[in-house]
Amino acid sequence: MRNFLAVYTKEMRSYFVSPVAYVIAGVFLFLSGYLFRNILMQFNFLCMQFAQQAQYMGGQNLPPLNLNEIVVTQFFGVMDFIWLLVVPMLTMRLFAEEKKNGTMELLMTSPISSVQVLLGKFFACLSLYTIIVALTLVYCLILEIYGEPDWGPIFSAYLGYILLGGTFIAVGVLASALTENQIVAVLVSFGILLLLWLIDWSASFAGPTAAKILQHISIIEHLKDFQRGVIDTKDVIFYLSFIFFGLFLTTRVLESRRWRR
Amino acid sequence: MIEVSELAKYYGDFTAVENVTFRAEKGEILGFLGPNGAGKTTTMRMLTCFLPPSGGRASVAGFDVVDESMEVRKRIGYLPEQPPVYNDMTVQSYLRFVAKIKGVSSAGLKGAVDGVMEKVGLTDRRDSVIGHLSKGYRQRVGLGQALVHEPDVLILDEPTVGLDPNQIIEIREVIKGLKGDHTIILSTHILSEVSMTCEKVVIINNGRIVGEGTPESLTAQMREGEVLRAQISGPTESLEGVLRSIEGVVDVVLEGAAEADGDQVYLVTSQPDRDIREQLVRKLVENGFALKELRALDITLEEVFRRLTTEEVVV
Repeated sequence: MRNFLAVYTKEMRSYFVSPVAYVIAGVFLFLSGYLFRNILMQFNFLCMQFAQQAQYMGGQNLPPLNLNEIVVTQFFGVMDFIWLLVVPMLTMRLFAEEKKNGTMELLMTSPISSVQVLLGKFFACLSLYTIIVALTLVYCLILEIYGEPDWGPIFSAYLGYILLGGTFIAVGVLASALTENQIVAVLVSFGILLLLWLIDWSASFAGPTAAKILQHISIIEHLKDFQRGVIDTKDVIFYLSFIFFGLFLTTRVLESRRWRR
Repeated sequence: MIEVSELAKYYGDFTAVENVTFRAEKGEILGFLGPNGAGKTTTMRMLTCFLPPSGGRASVAGFDVVDESMEVRKRIGYLPEQPPVYNDMTVQSYLRFVAKIKGVSSAGLKGAVDGVMEKVGLTDRRDSVIGHLSKGYRQRVGLGQALVHEPDVLILDEPTVGLDPNQIIEIREVIKGLKGDHTIILSTHILSEVSMTCEKVVIINNGRIVGEGTPESLTAQMREGEVLRAQISGPTESLEGVLRSIEGVVDVVLEGAAEADGDQVYLVTSQPDRDIREQLVRKLVENGFALKELRALDITLEEVFRRLTTEEVVV
């Protein structure tokens, strides 16, 4: 636990003393803010059209448009794509930089297990991710001021986001452990994530069993329930097992040097 | 303290290290000498549990580097060739981090970090960012990192490489000051470093040990005879014959012409433990030569090293 904390604080400090955390948070918040604004404008426009329609139809009392359904779901739907681009940049340095700097030699010759190192780095990265994701709660507060969003689905969507982030990071950290070149690490994790994202596309052309499997592997498919406000154990377990699998492979990669006689 | 027997490391068909056997007692400084690429770093990496050996055994403080790696790692301080520092951390926070992962207790943390900064002369740089430090100071941080948990064994890979002469002297002083408390293995390709700091030398070349002993015993062992350097003036044609005719002379080599006109400089090798100087002077004078200078050359560790690590001599 002490070793874990030592690595965790070191990583967190390193994110915040370098410009990395600020630049990534800044770029992400700018992009997501821009998207949020446009989605909101679109919703505004729809509402006006809807009101006109209602008047035209003879002033009957139609139920109002659902804020969650249109704004929240759509917003979360684009945010995950930005994260797919951003997370590999958070994870790329985790091991690649240690290898390049020779500090891997320090870690591997210290009385600390590779699992402790890995978990320290993983949770540091996940914490930074969670902090940045949490900042987008501001957008939901804006909705709260001017409308009546349903907070249940919002919170479940955030839970889904943290799980999704863990999955992205697990892939990124694996790619980073495989190389000492950070650009390679970014590209490999980006490639894997994009493939896992688009994999259900090929489901439409596959046989019924294969299609089910492919759909199940798609990392984005499992997020949809969370966005609708449904926390399904099958989705939670999917993400957790994915994270576990990624981290397990990473420990194998880290320890593989000890097998190479 | 450190026992290495028949250690080997292969990379595919390439033999990095083979049949390396040596031991270092407690409190000793052992110099690991060899040209670049001889296998020094590979051997050290195996001792520090960074690389698994392909064959043979190595143990540190009685613990096997493969089977009891964690116990070994608790007891060693390791300074790789590139100091393993994080450029974005300050000296103090870096040393604190290292102390934590090396298992220094929370209570002893501050004392250990302050103590080691004092020892390697970093106290006034404690808040500097490591990336902004000069090479010499980075090396000190690296040394501090290896010392912070008071390890029994210190393994230093070329600790003075890339430093300026003053820094080299300072680092050597620091290392000498550590003697006694720690068992130190120090690798280098600089010979004077070994003769200055180490009691015991292991010379390695092409992955094999080619010589072992104290600097004195190694030079004695290599001494094939006394070498005299003589500057002589006179007709050159018969000179070599005259020199060879002296009883006890094994070899005569013309080193070159001296700056003064007509003078020749010869290296005359005699049988060991035989003083031919008197005879040489007499013989030269008898034959009408003038001896301008005569000097006995001491065989240096440098010479030993050169002979052992070039193919000519196989020991």
